[in-house]
Amino acid sequence: MNILVYLMPAALFLGCLGLIGFLWSLKSSQYDDLDGAAERILFDDEDLPRE
Amino acid sequence: MSEAAVDTQGAPVHRADPGLFVRADESGGQAKLDLVVQSMHCAGCMRRIERALGELDGVSFARANLSTKRVAVKWDPARLQPAAIVEKLASIGFEAVPFDSKLIGMLDESEGRKLLRAMGVAGFAAANVMLLSVSVWSGLVSDMEPETRALFYWISALIALPAIAYAAQPFYRSAYAALRKRQMNMDVPISLAVTLATGMSIVQTVVNAEHVYFDASITLLFFLLIGRYLDVQARNRACSAAQNLLGLRAMAATVVDADGAQRSMPIEALEPGMRVAVAAGARMPADGVVAIGISDVDTSLVTGESLPEPVRPGAHVFAGTLNLTAPMQVTVTARDEHSLLSEIVRLMEAAEQGRSAYVRIADRAARIYAPSVHVMALATVLFWLAMGSSFVTALTNAIAVLIVTCPCALGLAVPVVQVVATGRLLKRGILLKAADGLERLAEVDTIVFDKTGTLTLGRPSLVDSPVATPDLAIAAALARSSRHPLARALVESVGAKPLPVLDDLREEPGHGLEGRLGDEVIRLGNREWVEVGEGASIQHGGSELWLRRGTGKPVCFRFMDKLRPDAVEAIRELKIRGFAIELLSGDREPAARAAADALGIAVWRAGARPDAKIARLKELAAQGRKVLMVGDGLNDAPALRVAHVSMSPADASDVSQTAADFIFQGAKLGAVIEAIEVARKSRRLVFENFALALAYNAVAIPLAFAGFVTPLIAAVAMSTSSITVTLNSLRLSRTAREVNE
Repeated sequence: MNILVYLMPAALFLGCLGLIGFLWSLKSSQYDDLDGAAERILFDDEDLPRE
Repeated sequence: MSEAAVDTQGAPVHRADPGLFVRADESGGQAKLDLVVQSMHCAGCMRRIERALGELDGVSFARANLSTKRVAVKWDPARLQPAAIVEKLASIGFEAVPFDSKLIGMLDESEGRKLLRAMGVAGFAAANVMLLSVSVWSGLVSDMEPETRALFYWISALIALPAIAYAAQPFYRSAYAALRKRQMNMDVPISLAVTLATGMSIVQTVVNAEHVYFDASITLLFFLLIGRYLDVQARNRACSAAQNLLGLRAMAATVVDADGAQRSMPIEALEPGMRVAVAAGARMPADGVVAIGISDVDTSLVTGESLPEPVRPGAHVFAGTLNLTAPMQVTVTARDEHSLLSEIVRLMEAAEQGRSAYVRIADRAARIYAPSVHVMALATVLFWLAMGSSFVTALTNAIAVLIVTCPCALGLAVPVVQVVATGRLLKRGILLKAADGLERLAEVDTIVFDKTGTLTLGRPSLVDSPVATPDLAIAAALARSSRHPLARALVESVGAKPLPVLDDLREEPGHGLEGRLGDEVIRLGNREWVEVGEGASIQHGGSELWLRRGTGKPVCFRFMDKLRPDAVEAIRELKIRGFAIELLSGDREPAARAAADALGIAVWRAGARPDAKIARLKELAAQGRKVLMVGDGLNDAPALRVAHVSMSPADASDVSQTAADFIFQGAKLGAVIEAIEVARKSRRLVFENFALALAYNAVAIPLAFAGFVTPLIAAVAMSTSSITVTLNSLRLSRTAREVNE
C-alpha cells in the first residue's frame, strides 16, 4: 500500500495540471468560437493568434 | 441570410459611419471595432477577411468569429480611418456592418464563462473523487483496512469541499433568490441535497464511518452544470444572432449645421431643433417636421398602412418611417406627448408592468416535488425512530432519501430539451430570445396576425392586369430611374427583358416620372400627374400608377402588397391543427379585407390602433385563450409584449424585435408552424423526462427509506437516470433530421 504515497499525489498533480490547462484555455478565449476553431484547421499556413 | 442585409422595402440601407462605433482599447492607444459580417460561412471566408484586414496599414489584430459572425479589429487610430476597414472588406465582397458596442452589454457572456469554469472545477473534482471512491468500493469486498479507507475519505473531502464551495454557487445563489421571494424553484432541493450530502459526509469522515457521499454531491453538480451551461450557451447564440440583425440596422443621423456642413452623429445624441438630412431610401432618425423637400413617406413599419403618404414642408414625420422619393431635410422636434410613438412607448411600459411572471414547468414541478421529498425525509426519520433505531441511523437514512431523490434528472430534464430545441430552431432561422418562450408557445391555442409585413411581404407587387406588353416595357424603362417602391415593383415584374431607352428622364417628387421616347412624352405617376379624370376610380384596396404616352389614353397599373409565398398554406395548416386565427391590421379596410378573404380568416379587424390591438388581446386572454401574436410593425410592439407569446419576422422594426420572444428569418410563414411544432414536441419530451425521473425515484426512494442505499448504488442510480433523460431529450434532434431527409 506504500505505493499510494507516490501514486495519489501523482494522480492529483496530473489532474490539477489538466484543470489549470482548462482554466487557462478558457481565459484565453479558446472556447469563444467553436465553429471557427473547427474550420481553422483547414488553413494551409500557420494560424497563430496575433498580438 | 441575404434578406437581413436589405431593408423591408428592398431599399439599400444607409449605413452608419463606422467611426461612431469605435471604442478605445483598454491597453493603450489602440482603437477597437466589432463588425458583423453575415455572409461569412467557411474557413475560406475567415481567412480572406483576416488576411485582407492584416494587409491594412496600422491593423494589429483581426480575428473573425464564425459562431457569432463577427470580426474584431484593433488598429492604430493615427494610421487608419475606420471607414477604410469597411471599404476593404467591401472590396473583397463582404458587407461589414459596425456593431453597436452598447448592444454587446445587453448580453451577459460572462455568465456562460462562469458556468464553464465551475463545470471544469466540478469535473476535475468529480473525476478524482470518483477515482478514490471506486477504490473504496472495490476495497470493501476485498481487504481494504479502515485506516486506508479513512485516508481516502479525507483526501476526497480535501478535493470535494473547495470544489463544491465553488461549483455550487450558481445553484445556491438562484435558490437563495427564489426563497427570498418566497418562491420555490428546482435549485432549492438541489442546494439542500448537496449541502446535506456534503455535511453528512464530513461527519461520517470524522467518525470514520463506512459510507460517505462526496462523490454523489460533486458528480451531481457536474451533471447539472453541464445542462445549465448548454442552456445558457444555446440562448446566447440565439441572442447574438438577434443582435446581429439589430446591428445591421445601426443608423446614424446626418446633421446639417447652420453653415451647411454635414456631419454624422449617433441618433441618441440628436436634440430638438437640429436639422437632419434624410436621403431617399433612408429611415427618419427622429420625429420631426419637414423643412425642405417634397417626398413620399412609407409608414408601413410604424402604422401598418401600406400606401405611401405624400409629405411637403411643414408635415410631421415619425422616426422609423422610410423616405421614398426625394432627399429631405427634417427639423427634429421634441417627442410629442400625443404622437403615435409616445403612445406606443407608454403602452409598452404599461404592458411591461402588467405582464405577470410566467412560472416555468421546472419550477412548477419543484413546487410539488420539493415539499414531497422533504416530507418523505421527515417520514423516514420518524419511521426509524419509531422502530427503535438510534437517531444517527434514522438521520442517515433520511439524508440518503434526500440524496437519491436529488433532482439530477429533473434538473437536466428541461435544460437539455431546451438546448436541443433552440439548436433545431436556429438551424431553421428561428431565434428563440426568451428563456421560457418555448414553454409558453407550446400552450398556444389562438394566433393573432398583423397584416402588413407579417402576412404580406410588406412591399407592393404588380397585380396581373390587362396591360399591353409595350406599355409595361415603357413604364418599366421609366420606372427604372426611381426608388419609389411602386416603381421598383414595376421594374421587378418585367424581369430581365430588354427595355426601350428613354431620354430626358426626370422625377417630380410626390408626383411621378417623365421621359421621352422619340417624339412622345411619357409620364408615369399618380392621377394628377398623368391627368386622369376622376371617373376612372377603382376600389381594389391597393395602390396604382398611371402611364400616359403622348396624348394617348392613360393606362393603369395596380399594385397590391402580396401575401408571403406560403401564407395561404400556412394559415390553412394552422386551421387544420385547430388554432383560432385572427387578423388585426392597422391598415385600411379594403386592404385588410382582401388579405382576410384571400387567406380565409373569418375574424379580422382593420384600422386597429396599438391600444385597440392590446384591448383585443386582453379580451382574448380574459376568455382564457393563450394567444400567439405575430407582428412586425412598431404599432405591434405593445401587442407583442401583452400577448402570451410573440413572434416577429427578421425585417420587423427593431422595437418589435426586442419585444418579441421569437424572431424568424426568411420570407416563409411556415416558420410559425415549425416553431409551434418544436415547442409542443419539447413539452412532450419534458414531461416524458419527468416521468422517467419519477419512475427512477419510485425505485430509489423505497430503497433509501429502507436504508439499503450505499454511495455506490446512489452513484449508479443517479448517473443512469441522468443519462436516460439526456438520451431521451436528444430524440428531438433525431426526429428533426428525419424530417429533413
